[in-house]
Amino acid sequence: MALQALKRKKKAPKKRSPDRGFLAFENTSEVIKAESLVRANGWKVNVMGPPPELRTGCDLVIEFPLVEQLNILRLLEKNNLSPLEVVPVDDPLLKPVDLFITTDYGKHLMVRAANMKLTIDKETLTIVNISGGGCPDVPYLGARLVGKDLREAPSPKKLGHTLCGYALQLAYEEMKRQCSFC
Amino acid sequence: MLVLLGTVPEENFPVVAGTATLRKDTLALDGHEILVNRGTPALVAAASMACETLGLRTPFSFLVGDEGVGHGSRKLYEHLQRELPVMGSKVVTFHYLQPDVDWHNRILLALQEKGSLPTLIADAGYMYAAKMSGFASCYDLFTPDIGELAFLADEMAPHPFYTRGFVLHEEEKVLDLIQRAYNGENAAKTLLIKGTKDYICTKERIFATVDTPKVTSLEPIGGTGDMLTGLVAALVYAGYPVTEAATMAARANRLAGKLANPSPATQVAEIIKEVPEALERVLEEAAKGQEQTRPTKYAHG
Repeated sequence: MALQALKRKKKAPKKRSPDRGFLAFENTSEVIKAESLVRANGWKVNVMGPPPELRTGCDLVIEFPLVEQLNILRLLEKNNLSPLEVVPVDDPLLKPVDLFITTDYGKHLMVRAANMKLTIDKETLTIVNISGGGCPDVPYLGARLVGKDLREAPSPKKLGHTLCGYALQLAYEEMKRQCSFC
Repeated sequence: MLVLLGTVPEENFPVVAGTATLRKDTLALDGHEILVNRGTPALVAAASMACETLGLRTPFSFLVGDEGVGHGSRKLYEHLQRELPVMGSKVVTFHYLQPDVDWHNRILLALQEKGSLPTLIADAGYMYAAKMSGFASCYDLFTPDIGELAFLADEMAPHPFYTRGFVLHEEEKVLDLIQRAYNGENAAKTLLIKGTKDYICTKERIFATVDTPKVTSLEPIGGTGDMLTGLVAALVYAGYPVTEAATMAARANRLAGKLANPSPATQVAEIIKEVPEALERVLEEAAKGQEQTRPTKYAHG
């Protein structure tokens, strides 16, 4: 019965949230270069026409697995390819979370961005904890960053691979801003 | 059998399966030593200690190394599609895995093909995949925090990083977010929402809220949510109904936190050590019939 339900749903799924994103570039040549590069590194991507919201002059976009945004952007950046925009497939109007919640614990300060939280010791500026998130780079980022001085720690963008890593980057930047290092 | 599965933050760690042994701050599994810090190792450690306290068999774990690239997760997905349906497990808890909707659907289908589903709990990346798949209601329990609840509430959000501006990640909005998540069919049968006040709810009602003891410094500590998921998994495995298990787990998690007397710099391994005592106290409370809050229906439907 349950199997039938699942199969029935597979035939006519309810509109699900997107797990793919679009990369929009300045010109077609960049799209083609980026597609080859990303494919050569093992990701499944498609080149397609952009939705009206994304028509910025180039008539092609690359569809990619959204959760691996940070990883793919890093690869493109290494190869001097910078997309003009990165957006989820089903709704290009969705924007990254830009609301930061700051909690002052006296000796410690925590900043939350989306589902990620970064906490430092205010006196020593040591990163004392990282919490939240659900992608597998979160425990990795915790292992690499906890115990490091905020001023010298590598940025989560350099170490992370997923959207959780990206959210932690935002928390890290906001923490640095609040600590007046920027 | 209680099955736990997820990743460890090491690139070259192969797929391993078996019963993990807890030794101080490390787990030993199939010849590998894993530091209990945050993530799935914290889940496994907490669930193992809880099972021991409850007099149950130690959980069976599937682990793989993945630093976020996703290669390890996909190896584990492939392994699970083959192995999980034939294990005869009673409770399965899916945890830190690279969200991948196609693999999620293959595993769910493989489990369903074997007949009735085990009790399914999803947290972390697997909860993201379960929501995105459109099959959230096949799950018995999700354990989101407030940011993840906003993601469940926004039917268009692909990840907690992307939610629409009107879906606010604020605790004052929690009841609205719960109803949005259920109305969009993006929630499991039961939700355990972790926050300043923990909410245990179904589509029909708030079953309970837990806000004592108040230990404000728990939120920054990485792994306390993973520990909570481990506790509820063990209590469900012990036979408690999911809503009751979630309420008891929320209370035990807070008690363990209080016993550890943490600061925001404390590491979760220090709190996991308090699981046996905290759980014993909660079992005593449950035996006396104490409940934090009586079930209440939503104000608007």
